[in-house]
Amino acid sequence: MDNTTTNTNNPIIKVRDFSFYYGDNRVIQDVNIDIARQQVTAIIGPSGCGKSTFLRCLNRMNDLVDIARHEGDILLDGHEIYDPTIDIIELRRKVGMVFQKPTPFPKSIYENIVYGLRIAGITDRNELDETVEKTLKRVALWDEVKDRLDESALGLSGGQHQRLCIGRAIAVNPEIILMDEPCSALDPRSTARIEDLIGELKRDYTIVIVTHNMQQAGRVSDITAFFFEGDLVETGATEKIFTNPDKKQTEDYITGRFG
Amino acid sequence: MADFKALPKLPKGEGWIWCTCGALIFILLLITLLLGVVVDNAARTFWANEIVLYELDNGQKAVGEVTKDDVSPVTKSKRYQLKIGNRDLYGQDFRWFDEEAIKTKSFPENAVVFERKEHGNFYGFFKQLKHSSQFTLVSGSIEDQFHTLYKQSKKAYKEVESLDELIGDLSNKDRKIVLKMKELDYKGKATPETIEPLLAKQQELKDQFNQSQDKRIQIENKLLENIAVMEDANGRQHEISLIHIVRFYQPNKMSVLDKSKLYVSKIYELLFDNPRESNTEGGLFPAIFGTICVIFLMSITSFPFGVIAAIYLREYAKDGIMVRLVRIAVNNLAGIPSIVYGIFGLGFFVYGMGSSIDGLFFSERLPEPTFGTGGVLWASLTLGLLTVPVVIVSTEEALGAIPQALRENSLALGATKFQTLIKVLLPMASPGIMTGFILSMARAAGEVAPLMITGVVKLAPSLPIDGEFPFIHLDRKFMHLGFHIYDVGFQSPNVEAAKPMVYVTTLLLLTVVVTMCSVAILFRNKMLKKYKTSAI
Repeated sequence: MDNTTTNTNNPIIKVRDFSFYYGDNRVIQDVNIDIARQQVTAIIGPSGCGKSTFLRCLNRMNDLVDIARHEGDILLDGHEIYDPTIDIIELRRKVGMVFQKPTPFPKSIYENIVYGLRIAGITDRNELDETVEKTLKRVALWDEVKDRLDESALGLSGGQHQRLCIGRAIAVNPEIILMDEPCSALDPRSTARIEDLIGELKRDYTIVIVTHNMQQAGRVSDITAFFFEGDLVETGATEKIFTNPDKKQTEDYITGRFG
Repeated sequence: MADFKALPKLPKGEGWIWCTCGALIFILLLITLLLGVVVDNAARTFWANEIVLYELDNGQKAVGEVTKDDVSPVTKSKRYQLKIGNRDLYGQDFRWFDEEAIKTKSFPENAVVFERKEHGNFYGFFKQLKHSSQFTLVSGSIEDQFHTLYKQSKKAYKEVESLDELIGDLSNKDRKIVLKMKELDYKGKATPETIEPLLAKQQELKDQFNQSQDKRIQIENKLLENIAVMEDANGRQHEISLIHIVRFYQPNKMSVLDKSKLYVSKIYELLFDNPRESNTEGGLFPAIFGTICVIFLMSITSFPFGVIAAIYLREYAKDGIMVRLVRIAVNNLAGIPSIVYGIFGLGFFVYGMGSSIDGLFFSERLPEPTFGTGGVLWASLTLGLLTVPVVIVSTEEALGAIPQALRENSLALGATKFQTLIKVLLPMASPGIMTGFILSMARAAGEVAPLMITGVVKLAPSLPIDGEFPFIHLDRKFMHLGFHIYDVGFQSPNVEAAKPMVYVTTLLLLTVVVTMCSVAILFRNKMLKKYKTSAI
């Protein structure tokens, strides 16, 4: 508990009065939130509430959309990430992302893991080999694939794909991992393995996970934030949000009265 | 109104399925028919048919091979078309004979076919041999004697051929000296010191040239004395010089094996020899070579441009009215008649760029154009222009079919847009890009109209690539199988004789296109296997 407090006092990301627009359509309004270091923060809320958009703002994936614009600040370790002088490549290397649908590249398992390193210009074979082994062990894939690292990654199962994608994200050694509904395309058994993995990874990384599976949020997260129609309604320790929320809206959502 | 329930119930949709199936079968049938006709006619062209001797009611005789039989529209009786050859005697190669007018038919064993350098085939019988003092005859039948004499004369003729080569070489050298002098003159450096050695060299070449020419005539005249005196069906005598005979055979004596050997040798000639007799006989090598050259040059010009343009359109250009206009324009470019491209090529490439190049680099040769006239380069570029839309459209489609998620995944790992393009998108799009490449190749290979005004010729004296420095001559005119079909089939004075060649050329063009496309398809399938996205 003590550890949590210090981490909360020194958040890795501070979001201040952040609003986000697609054209004239405001999808996120005046959000203020601190993301705690080495904790799992779950973002929940009904479909279309802006939770995925918010997540994608944290590593500027929304830059891909031409009509997007923002107001307010997001500070990563005290640096404004929307500062035009910031290196977006560097930012994305620090803030990794795992997407809803596992999409391994049509390359070998080995090449998938080292993709981020290769494009960063690392060619040292020993370093790459080491990273592959370390990473695959980390995501509990090593024993399953160690004999076929050179085979196409497309031959793996859906659950393995997602673990591979998580591995690919942590191979570049980020500080934060953003996960956008990482289990929604997986069966319960694979989901359980991913959830275990999230618990493991928390020791070294800060994780922000978007999910609309509330049980999952309850199982894996330390802190939960509830979004509703672009507003951050409430945030707090997961236990509190699920048992004794401050806001009526939160309680209604948690208890399944809407959404 | 209420009666419609009484109508017999048709199964829903099934009728339409039959319709689609029927349409497919119809198309397949048409294609099979087309291929069947072409392959059948082309394959029969080189088979040595039996020589038939007709004795007619009026006492006349005729020999030749049966090329067709049908029912005469006038007399309603069966009739045969005979290829009687001997154009220099009769003035025509083909004649119809009514079944009723034929008294007897026989297949004389000693009938001979000569393929000649001029005047088409000769059909007839040996009568006598005349030979020059340089050769000796062996004893034996007249056929055996002819064999030995023919072999000797063929061997001796090689000397004439090598002299021809030398003469061609000498006149080439002479032309270069003339150009050199023109250049000096043009640059104002034509002083006696510079000109004199050139003139001396030219004189030397001229002497050599005359010597070789004289020698050639001498040898040839000697060889011309070797004559086969032949007899046609009616006993009319005709003298044929041995060096004018390309090939001879006696089909009525030949076994199937012999005929097969002849068949193979004729195909060999077709693939690797030059044409004779205004293209209706002989080989098609220059045309095959020209066709492949043009397709190859077309590919290496249109392919990179098309792919790069598509990448810009799909990945970098901001979607707006301009991009949409460009896309519409590109799509419609594919529908412009090819002759329009040809005219554009003539105006822009040949007269525009070609003339400028001539003015800048080959001004000493003017007014004789170098690049300012149709040539293999300009024809290829015109075809490239014609096929670029196909490449653009298919590349764009291939890139568009890649899920956005893959781009995001790559970017989220810290890749730049360009790295994503090179490492993920292009490999994944490669099968689709290859499909565009294949389509463009097939389209370009079948085009004739634009070539006709940008550099294709009936008979090109030399290939676009040969042993003469600088080896690749992009300014040269070339021959093309597609144009060859048109030329032989419709511009030839002797249409009936040219017909088999049209089939053969068509089959060859199809083979070239199918082969090139098959190779590309093999590559594509390899890529498909490698980059197939999983269905999760």
